[in-house]
Amino acid sequence: MEIIRILLRSKRFVLGFGILAAVLAFALLGPRFLTDVAPFQRVGGLYDAPSRDTPLGTDNFGRDVFTQLMFGTRTSLHIGLVAGFVATLIGVTIGTLAGYVSGMVEEALMGFTNVLITIPPIVVLILLSVAVDARTATTMGVIIGVTAWPWTARAVRAQTSSLRTREHVDIARISGVGSLEMMLVEILPYMFSYIFMAFILQLTGAILAEATLSMLGLGPFQTVSLGTMLHWSLMWESVRIGAWWAFVPATVFLSITTFSLILMNAGMDEIFNPTLRHTR
Amino acid sequence: MVRLFRNRPYLLYLTRKAFWYLVAFVAAVALNFFLPRLIPGNPVSVIVGQMSAGAVESATLERLYATFMRDFGLDRPLPVQFWTYLTGVLQGDLGTSFMLYPAKVWDVIRQALPWTVALQVPAILVGWILGNVLGALAAYKGGAFDRVAFTGSLMLSSIPYFCLAIIFMYLFAVHWPLFPASGGYSSGYFPEWSWGFFLDALHHYALPFLTLVLVAIGGQAIGMREMAIYELNTDYVNYARKLGVRDRRVVRYVFRNAMLPQITGLAISFGTLIGGALVTEAVFSYPGLGSLLFTAIRQVDYPMIQGITLIITLTVLLANFLVDIAYGFIDPRIRAGQAGGR
Repeated sequence: MEIIRILLRSKRFVLGFGILAAVLAFALLGPRFLTDVAPFQRVGGLYDAPSRDTPLGTDNFGRDVFTQLMFGTRTSLHIGLVAGFVATLIGVTIGTLAGYVSGMVEEALMGFTNVLITIPPIVVLILLSVAVDARTATTMGVIIGVTAWPWTARAVRAQTSSLRTREHVDIARISGVGSLEMMLVEILPYMFSYIFMAFILQLTGAILAEATLSMLGLGPFQTVSLGTMLHWSLMWESVRIGAWWAFVPATVFLSITTFSLILMNAGMDEIFNPTLRHTR
Repeated sequence: MVRLFRNRPYLLYLTRKAFWYLVAFVAAVALNFFLPRLIPGNPVSVIVGQMSAGAVESATLERLYATFMRDFGLDRPLPVQFWTYLTGVLQGDLGTSFMLYPAKVWDVIRQALPWTVALQVPAILVGWILGNVLGALAAYKGGAFDRVAFTGSLMLSSIPYFCLAIIFMYLFAVHWPLFPASGGYSSGYFPEWSWGFFLDALHHYALPFLTLVLVAIGGQAIGMREMAIYELNTDYVNYARKLGVRDRRVVRYVFRNAMLPQITGLAISFGTLIGGALVTEAVFSYPGLGSLLFTAIRQVDYPMIQGITLIITLTVLLANFLVDIAYGFIDPRIRAGQAGGR
């Protein structure tokens, strides 16, 4: 577990990981220990102020914001993880292929990737979301994932191209190792730290993409996410009414979740990229 | 062809770029055309069915149905439909709006577009400039300044646009009512070229603008800091320092070299930031494309959504192309013909 020891050396990584762990614990354990109402249960009226029973007041439907926040964070993380996984899987596959198999295949794959990068992701997200009826959290994750992979593909291709010229790859090639085994055994393991960082960035982007789509009214159906919480608070004018408890919790949770992930990424960057360290 | 480009590397670069943007444009139009057709069944009857849930007269419904069947051309084969759509788009015909029937989609978008452009473009540019200066300073000074600036930038850039928008709106428009909470101008005014309207519009402009600039600063500063630290560690910098070249001069070289990738970054930010920026408009009910999109989605106004996504894509592609043209002028390698397009 050498890698964990190295990671713990970065204060940024540790701080980011700590915040993320706290958010995760709140989202996963909270529903069991901290609340006894269901997320869609009405416990009060329109925007009741925080009280002893409802620590963060109620939303526009009279539901407990504190409970909504736990379930909402859980849904947002769920969508983010699905999307991050899908995007990383597609991105790494295409990137490794393009980087390892040069020539026409590389040209075609990277041309495709670059064209997709030029089209703003939000546009494809909106069109896909409108086309897919009955969006669950998982479908949303997949939708976000299939639009987000080009960045990972591009970065992984660059890494693969440089790894391909290493000596151990040459030796494997001389020993007659096949292309597939080569990519899986000789190239991929050397990019793990890199791929993990790309995954963290995809996760961050996906959580924000969910919030963006949900705010526009294209969120998951019959479930609560941080984005849908903001959507309803916006639709029912909580900001202009001054019901801060309806929008501050989701805003803060979105921000600290993405902040913790970006912090982890910056910490890992410092460790794995010595050129980013100050010499003076 | 080859002779045309000989000794004209910049022209070659531009042609290559223009070709790729053309491909991206066709791809975007194709996506705009095909994705809606993923809706199972006949989209027109689905949409008109959703509308009939409201209180709309049946005669109106039939007229709507006929109009949209004609617009979509669903009775014809797919390639013919695509051709109809493509020629329509090229002539500026984006169809008829559902929610504002019988208004044409393009006419509605045309009124919203200037507000969006006037808000987003200056915000992205100002955020980009300030962010680069901050990032370069952080990299150069190091120490406590760097730690504060870097962590601050990380914090700023991790706050989603619309979250900051909501918080700003609450603080500076509701709690302390210094700025108006919504709209692009007060209800007493109407858009015209006058001082009164200009000042009023500026008053409404301040908060959304500030929101967009602040988040952009964070993201750009991180990128610039990274590039500048990388440059500061390179051999040419060490060599210049050993030669006793003054710091000021070294910083100028470093800044200019670190700047190049940041210009590409500017092009990227147009595309990636637009989503959050549109929601920011919706939060402030700013009369641009974001608010229009928000309403269109709520009303299931399919042609309007499709029109807005297309216009956003076109605007972003155009902005990227302009940045690429500028990049070609600035990067000496392109002028010298050492590095081509993609």
